[in-house]
Amino acid sequence: MFGKSVLKRIDWFTILLYLLLTSIGWLNIYSSTFSEDSLSILDFSELYGKQLFFIGLSFLVIIVILALETNFFERFSGLLYIIAIASLLGLFVFGKTVAGATSWYNLGFFNFQPSELAKVATALALAKYLSDIQTDIKRGKHQLYAFLIIFIPALLIIPQPDPGSALVFLALIFVLFREGVPLFYLGIGLVLILIFVTTLMYGTIWVGIGLALIIILFFFFKKATFKVPIFPVVLFFLATIIFSLSVNFVFNNVFEQRHRDRFGLWLRLEKDPDKLEEIRKSIGYNTYQSEKAIESGGFFGKGFLEGTRTKGDFVPEQHSDYIFSTVGEEWGFVGTATVIILFTLLLLRLVHIAERQKSAFNRMYGYGVISILLFHYFINIGMVIGILPTIGIPLPFFSYGGSSMLGFSILLFVLLKLDTNRLNEWH
Amino acid sequence: MKKFLLSSIIIIIGITFIGRLSYLQVFSFSPNQILEDTAVKAIYDYPERGYIYDRNGELMVANQPAYDVMVIPREVEPLDTMEFCSLLGINKEQFILKLKKAKVYSPRLPSVLVPQLSKEDYAGLQEKMRKYEGFYIQKRSLRDYVTHSAANVLGYISEVNDSDLAKNTYYIAGELTGRTGIEKQYESILRGKKGVQLIQKDRFNRDIGPYKEGTLDTLPKQGKDIRITLDKVLQEYGEKLMHGKRGGIVAIEPESGEILAMISGPTYNPSLLVGRERSKNYTKLYYDSIAKPTWDRSILAQPSPGSPFKTLNALVALQEGVMTSDTKVRCYNGFYVGNIKRGCHCGGGLRDMNSGIYKSCNAYFAHTFRRIYDKYPTTDEGMDVWEKHMKSFGLGGYLGSDIYTGAPGRIPSKKYYDNVYGDGRWSSSFIISNSIGQGEVAATPIQLANMTAAIANRGYYYTPHVIKKIGDDDIDIPNFTQRKYTTIDKEHFEPIIEGMANVYKHGTANRLRIDGIDIAGKTGTVENFTKIDSVRTQLTDHSVFVAFAPVDNPKIAIAVYIENGYFGSRYAGHIASLLIEKYLKGEITRKDLEQRMLEKTLEHEYAKPYSGQPFKINEYVW
Repeated sequence: MFGKSVLKRIDWFTILLYLLLTSIGWLNIYSSTFSEDSLSILDFSELYGKQLFFIGLSFLVIIVILALETNFFERFSGLLYIIAIASLLGLFVFGKTVAGATSWYNLGFFNFQPSELAKVATALALAKYLSDIQTDIKRGKHQLYAFLIIFIPALLIIPQPDPGSALVFLALIFVLFREGVPLFYLGIGLVLILIFVTTLMYGTIWVGIGLALIIILFFFFKKATFKVPIFPVVLFFLATIIFSLSVNFVFNNVFEQRHRDRFGLWLRLEKDPDKLEEIRKSIGYNTYQSEKAIESGGFFGKGFLEGTRTKGDFVPEQHSDYIFSTVGEEWGFVGTATVIILFTLLLLRLVHIAERQKSAFNRMYGYGVISILLFHYFINIGMVIGILPTIGIPLPFFSYGGSSMLGFSILLFVLLKLDTNRLNEWH
Repeated sequence: MKKFLLSSIIIIIGITFIGRLSYLQVFSFSPNQILEDTAVKAIYDYPERGYIYDRNGELMVANQPAYDVMVIPREVEPLDTMEFCSLLGINKEQFILKLKKAKVYSPRLPSVLVPQLSKEDYAGLQEKMRKYEGFYIQKRSLRDYVTHSAANVLGYISEVNDSDLAKNTYYIAGELTGRTGIEKQYESILRGKKGVQLIQKDRFNRDIGPYKEGTLDTLPKQGKDIRITLDKVLQEYGEKLMHGKRGGIVAIEPESGEILAMISGPTYNPSLLVGRERSKNYTKLYYDSIAKPTWDRSILAQPSPGSPFKTLNALVALQEGVMTSDTKVRCYNGFYVGNIKRGCHCGGGLRDMNSGIYKSCNAYFAHTFRRIYDKYPTTDEGMDVWEKHMKSFGLGGYLGSDIYTGAPGRIPSKKYYDNVYGDGRWSSSFIISNSIGQGEVAATPIQLANMTAAIANRGYYYTPHVIKKIGDDDIDIPNFTQRKYTTIDKEHFEPIIEGMANVYKHGTANRLRIDGIDIAGKTGTVENFTKIDSVRTQLTDHSVFVAFAPVDNPKIAIAVYIENGYFGSRYAGHIASLLIEKYLKGEITRKDLEQRMLEKTLEHEYAKPYSGQPFKINEYVW
């Protein structure tokens, strides 16, 4: 079916990590959804049975990907992107609504979520556009086009509504930085986030005082020869104050109460410990339960199928977005640390793979894959262990869901396929 | 540089996650979390509490089932309130109030609606119960008293409070624990060990099966029955005699230290503290600050012992060699302390030890006491020797019995007097009242009974105790099975015992003799004072009596203390005599004596200080 060279050149280490994560993930889905009276692991009326089916389907799709021509993805990336956009648009007409979000096509035997595949298509399209010989990323116009490629699917996904998935596309911006868009933008983004958070926590006045202090200290310790451009500094200071004030306005007038509650909980804005505990148990119910479940696992965990909170369904959505809490409860710190290490190894390995590509397209796609996987991993686990606010996106290879299992597998194995031709021999 | 930026971010995220996870799973983790786990419910299976039998195997305390009507507010359906209330025996307002309270506690969890229905109420309710959704009946076990007596010794059980919970992790809220008396002292033996069944719950608090297939579940361990040293018949009889009188009685078997009876008057029926009326009754008993029925006078009252204490001073004098039993002392119807004359009722004349005891001559013992002190160059040294002898009889300190509460009494030391009078500013004449058991000495009835037992044994005692058997095993507690010797040699006891026997033959108790039984005893009449509107006022003397019998082979030693009973031979002497006869003979031959004790009460005497009128003390009664 495919040449020997594919098997020889493919990155087996990544495949090993992929298989480990997928199987650990499935075991935990099994544990969080099995019931004493289910018959076999292939019982498709149970969620773990369905998930096993999707894992099998993913393997098939992987074989197909590996069998395709290497330059298929580069050549057809534009077409794939258009199909993806069309499928997102189609949702407005044919979409099926599940739990309030019109994100699915009903394919009879399962519901298909096109946004998962749109991630692959967008990553490919972005790589294609950036690697084009005529594209100069230093030019503002081209930067704008690149941003459009990212934003169009995101904008189509927001009204489903699925803001979490939409946010994932923004992660692709990271590819732009790797390819020459100045880090200055990233810096501005971080400063804005910092001002946002500090304003909510301490108020505009303290943000102003703090910033003024930093500027004064800077003047104090700077080299005598260094000339400070006074005007931009004053401008920066004023801009900060204005932004800080607008944060207050937006937070209090534009955000809905549930958003305010989520941020309030995340940043611990409520100082009264009793009230905070109250908020944790009501608004932060999911996170509270998942933290408690993880905590109750201790160092060694309660053992496979022995998680009392898992069995009692204490953590809502445990088999999908909160699957990591099952790992925490049943496998303890040993299990959670193992999973974190596996993800870290996988991501670092992918960085290594991306960096060794001769072809710009391959490298940029690689960065797209890393950005998407990292974003999912960071946001999901950060949410489940209670250090980030609640944003509902799945944990790659772990969370229950056919579309995401397929999507992440395709995302990863397209890169591995490209990597088999890293020396660009067959062009 | 950009190459490494992404790798660094990945690694930093990994470290952050592991840091947070180690905080959650390693540092916040609490090891006994099964019980705190909201996903696991523990259902307890309570074993039956052990029974309590008397020394002869007579049942005293058993268990009875009681039925709590429980409610789960969320599951309550509209019902015929009137009918239900009449079945429960409460009115509608109470019903609504209780239901509301249960709802506030938790709409989902069961609360007690009506506690402790009797078997009869339960029978009527049982068949109609299924009509009422959201209500059910839960059985529990309560104490069932087969006796009306010994409430103070047996103690009672009640729900654990917060401090119990903090002290002992065995208990959880709502469980019962021994609160006083034997129930408290032998709590862990009587209660057994509860079994536990762990149930896995879901987030709606529904049961979804056993936790870990029941591998951590345990079976309940039955509580052990115990046999106590009390003689039920004697105890009940003594309480009958105490009718209308305040005071304490303790009877001990000298050869074992076993407490045969321990009576406090007034007392109460232990059944009052069981069942639906419990809290009402408890409040009534506990807040009776005048008669104090819950205050066990047999171990907590600490009056001056009075004349029975003279026997100890005589023993010390013999032991110290400052007198012999033949030493004569003249009584001038009293004696002089400095220039002040103190009275004596013995009739005056020449007294030796024997007649000194049976006539209870104050002058003789004041002299005895002086001689003990005068043997030593300083009062301090004399005091130390005297104190050591007295304490060897179990006086002036806690006895260490297995009765949960107690009082130390007092044998004044030189330090005590230094505090009162100042160092070196007192001498034996200051403390001469101790010679006749007045003044600073104080002893509880159980200490007096123990002291009497030590005399009966001619020089040793066993620490008084109430436990006899645990399950089928005799007790093996060294504190209760080993002799404690006094500092007085055996041969010095005979003259004293002879004097005490003469108390019955020729002395103050000559009308209390029992045919066919030789008794040795000693009367005591104890002056006492109270404060009325902060004026120190003397009340009628306390009546005190100690005795043991038979003289040659003592089977019972007894101390009786009756508040404001006047002469020792009156109430205390009568009661002691009747109890000894009852115990040794099993029946009472002197019906007139018995009749008098059953009829006479001292209520008029106890009412005097509260009457607001001037009153006379030490009036003639009979």
